Amino acid sequence: MDFLVLSFHLVYAIALLVLTSLGLAIVFGMMRVVNFAHGEFLMIGGYTLVLSVQAGINVWLAMFVVAPAVVGVIGWLLERLIIRHLYGRMLDTILATWGVSLALIGLATWIFGFQQRGVVAPLGSFTLGGHRDSWYSVLIIVVAVVSLAGTWWVLRHTRVGLLARGTMQNAQMAEALGMDTRRVYAWTFAAGAAVSGLAGAVMAPLTGAVPTIGTAYVTRAFITVITGGANAITGTVVASTLFGTLSEAVTHWATPVAGHVALLGAAIVLLRLMPSGITGRFFRRSL
Amino acid sequence: MRALQRFGPALWTAGVLALFGLAWVVELSTLVSLNVYVIMATLALSMALVWGVAGIFSFGQSAFFGLGAYAYAVLALGGQGGGLALFVAVALPSAAAALMGYFLFYGRISDVYLGVITLTASLILYHLVNTVSGADFRLLGVALGGYNGIPGVPPIVLAGGQELDFTGLYLLSVAVLVAVYVGLRLLVRTRFGQAVAAVREHELRAELLGYDARAYKLGVFIIGAAIAGLAGALHATWGGFVGPDVFGIGFAAQTIIWAQVGGVSLLAGPVVGCVLVQWLTTWLGENRLADTNLVLGVIFVLCVLLLPAGLLPWLRQRSRRLAGGAE
Repeated sequence: MDFLVLSFHLVYAIALLVLTSLGLAIVFGMMRVVNFAHGEFLMIGGYTLVLSVQAGINVWLAMFVVAPAVVGVIGWLLERLIIRHLYGRMLDTILATWGVSLALIGLATWIFGFQQRGVVAPLGSFTLGGHRDSWYSVLIIVVAVVSLAGTWWVLRHTRVGLLARGTMQNAQMAEALGMDTRRVYAWTFAAGAAVSGLAGAVMAPLTGAVPTIGTAYVTRAFITVITGGANAITGTVVASTLFGTLSEAVTHWATPVAGHVALLGAAIVLLRLMPSGITGRFFRRSL
Repeated sequence: MRALQRFGPALWTAGVLALFGLAWVVELSTLVSLNVYVIMATLALSMALVWGVAGIFSFGQSAFFGLGAYAYAVLALGGQGGGLALFVAVALPSAAAALMGYFLFYGRISDVYLGVITLTASLILYHLVNTVSGADFRLLGVALGGYNGIPGVPPIVLAGGQELDFTGLYLLSVAVLVAVYVGLRLLVRTRFGQAVAAVREHELRAELLGYDARAYKLGVFIIGAAIAGLAGALHATWGGFVGPDVFGIGFAAQTIIWAQVGGVSLLAGPVVGCVLVQWLTTWLGENRLADTNLVLGVIFVLCVLLLPAGLLPWLRQRSRRLAGGAE
């Protein structure tokens, strides 16, 4: 009984990490851009959901269509306006996206204030081994799996994915073959943003929407993505599994903050051993 | 321009004397608000050292400031308000930097990852400090206060048992700032400083010439943390308060904006950036024109895009060009 509950919580913790890191991982893996505004993409996704529902839009439509679309468009705009000027200057892209992150927090504070807004989590709850868990947790696991599978499928089996992978492997060669790599970058960034928007919207019924909600996710997302390394999907899965298990175990025996600390400690030791991340050492031919 | 160069040392001396002299000229309330600029300028100098001289893109420099502030607060409230508290406020961040730097530099974690890891460490400290509220969390009998922070941090106690007043603290802060600046100017001229610059410019070449890049980076990282810690202690006694926000992402971002706006290729760059940004933040806060984060974020982005070298290096280049001096 306890085992079932524990493994459900474990899978849930891993799914949360996957969901909140995947958008960042896509952008980092494909473009070598560490997007410091990732947390704010999640925040905007959450606000989009809450405002859409308040405007009378169906909650599922808002979650799976409106939020990813809105954040995707914002991501595309950011890439066009700011990031495209900074390719190859990794530090400057971080600093610029950090500025964007601050500006977005400021903008959200200005418009919405610090008051927390929320929607009630849809779906009911079920009982597992004497513990009550909500069906919404199951939904989060499903969304995480579907997002991963979808990203993998697009990259592996579509023409768009092929072009993206080509650009990632050798941008100059792709360009020489007549590809518009700048368009690929713009669309990749938009796609990563859309995934973050989806994640933010899915999280919003649990956490509510506040301007600074992004900072609650970014530490774990950064650690997961950087330790995962360049291969977005495999890296996210492996690092999320590792860190999800670790932090869940430590949280179980101690406190959530101890879980945080253990996560950071593990990441620093891992990076000491594998400076270019897990997928820089293992699974190098994966996606 | 040439005239400016000839009178350079005289101007510097006059500036420093004026900074000290303000203590007897302006009103006490003005002096107290000036003091925070001086303290933050010291933190900015540690950014100038770590980013500018060594090329280590630490995003968590503010965390060492926070560690120093907490160390001073705990010891001073625990009855050790003199030299010991200041010493620990320098020693603790240095030790933390040594431990963390060992993993980062000896793991050869490259620049950008290093930034993310240092920032993450700072944010985790933030979460950690936020939770240590309640009577169970005491160090030397001092409650750590969690998200409420530690209020009532006492002033520095001098050797004779006398407490340092606001004027005294201002003079001490200016003395620290000047000493750190002069010290860093001298440091970059030593063999150590030049080796550090060589590592920054071309790490592989420096290593092939026999310099252990990892050790040099670690050394600078520790010195930077010590300076930041001292500034943190001064800030804790200045405001009589330390809170977990010193480890937050907002404060970390501020120190980086100082460096970016002022420009790290000159030691004085982050100091200028610090004074400008602090002044702007205060002004915006008083006038409530727009959200501070929004304005700072926009300035940050614009600086990265349009003025990547920073304000001070850009001005210097402009004035050189105007003077017709080719260097």
